[in-house]
Amino acid sequence: MAFDFSQDTIKAWRRENGRVGVRNHVLILPVDDISNAACEAVANNVKGTMAIPHAYGRLQFGEDLDLHFRTIIGTGANPNVAAVVVIGIEPEWTKIIVDGIAKTGKPVEGFWIEQNGDFETIRRASWKAKEYVQWATELQKEDCPVTDLWVSTKCGESDTTTGLSSCPTVGNMYDKLLPHGLYGVFGETSEITGAEHICEKRAANPEAAAKFRKTWQAYTDDVIEAHKTNDLSDSQPTKGNILGGLTTIEEKALGNLEKIGRTSTYIDVLEPAEAPSKGNGLYFMDTSSAAAECVTLMAAAGYVIHTFPTGQGNVVGNPIVPVIKISGNPRTLRTMSEHIDVDVTGVLRRDMTIDQAGDALIEMIKRTANGRLTCAEALGHREFSMTKLYRSA
Amino acid sequence: MTANTHPQLLVHDKVDNVGVVVVEGLTAGTDMLCVCTEDNSDFRLTAKADIPIGHKVALKDLAEGDTVIKYGEDIGRMVGPAEVGGHVHTHNLKTKRW
Repeated sequence: MAFDFSQDTIKAWRRENGRVGVRNHVLILPVDDISNAACEAVANNVKGTMAIPHAYGRLQFGEDLDLHFRTIIGTGANPNVAAVVVIGIEPEWTKIIVDGIAKTGKPVEGFWIEQNGDFETIRRASWKAKEYVQWATELQKEDCPVTDLWVSTKCGESDTTTGLSSCPTVGNMYDKLLPHGLYGVFGETSEITGAEHICEKRAANPEAAAKFRKTWQAYTDDVIEAHKTNDLSDSQPTKGNILGGLTTIEEKALGNLEKIGRTSTYIDVLEPAEAPSKGNGLYFMDTSSAAAECVTLMAAAGYVIHTFPTGQGNVVGNPIVPVIKISGNPRTLRTMSEHIDVDVTGVLRRDMTIDQAGDALIEMIKRTANGRLTCAEALGHREFSMTKLYRSA
Repeated sequence: MTANTHPQLLVHDKVDNVGVVVVEGLTAGTDMLCVCTEDNSDFRLTAKADIPIGHKVALKDLAEGDTVIKYGEDIGRMVGPAEVGGHVHTHNLKTKRW
């Protein structure tokens, strides 16, 4: 008899808004690039907090500014975050970020540098950060169903082994957990190219299919056709993909799509960093295929664990979301095993089935939710990469 | 399962005309155990070149212009020939898109 995953529990933090978090970060979050130094000073003053420096936030406008705000607010709002100190150069945009995060009900307070200077801002923000970290470290974990988790996926440094082993492992996990209430998301608009007709057919309803087609076409017209110099052959497949044996974008896309399994269908298409709003199930998000950008956007949408199949060995992590690496490439396991959480090389040897590999991944998701640091966390990988739509004013 | 029953080549779908090398250090002349993951059926094929792990092998003679099938789908066309057991990659396979 199949195991009933709906009865399976983990120990995690139930947040003010009912969401389940698997980490308990206190963030020192800059609104803009010029507030990075103050944030890093506060995080240095108060142990157990974490600053997330980034490159943007000044003179952005329109859709690009909306995405900036959505990414910063979503990062602070993520259930893996207990409380947030926000620092910006001036009060108005700082308030937009604070108010956005406050909707979750979690503690958040904003500070700004103009008319205070770095010293005074750091002094005040450090007191608040100390209060938050001592409060957060006393929060108790409770039993939560595994299927209350939001689990995202994106693969990187793919090769032909990802389509044979690690991607279908993620797909098997989704096929097992999504029917019981899990939220899932996949994306990588550019890497679906070559299998877009197949992806379109995996929509759960005609609206989602039409939205996917529109999103993919807009990417092709506005990004690729507008900026390509000849074709995508120099960057898609990447040089790493080609070394790993992938030859064409069709071949790469077909392997990529193995991540949504055999039976799962997506119910809606999300903007970058947009939180899902149509209930539990699988979503497609319009993202870049660059690993850190994609994981950052999915974390900002509220996903708390990321599953990352890799062939040649992508080493990406994220500041707030544990990134679980899965690989079936025996050379990668031989040469860089410190990066791989779930070894599915047995699938290529035919002494492990995809069903067993899926169970091994679910087990690693549970262990990670219960507190095991992923390889990326243990190695200090905290890549936070904002997606920028066009140049600033 | 003992080591010598592990396959050297995996094929996704029965209709595919290429398979993937899944072991390191495969040398020309190796009598490969090939397994189709769709139904676990197997067959044998001799490698005609030293082919790196992850790279593709022609399951039949492929001529310029032939469509290459993997996952049961069209992944591009041959721009040069490959004999059965030969290496298929960027030197003889290209997307039809560009």
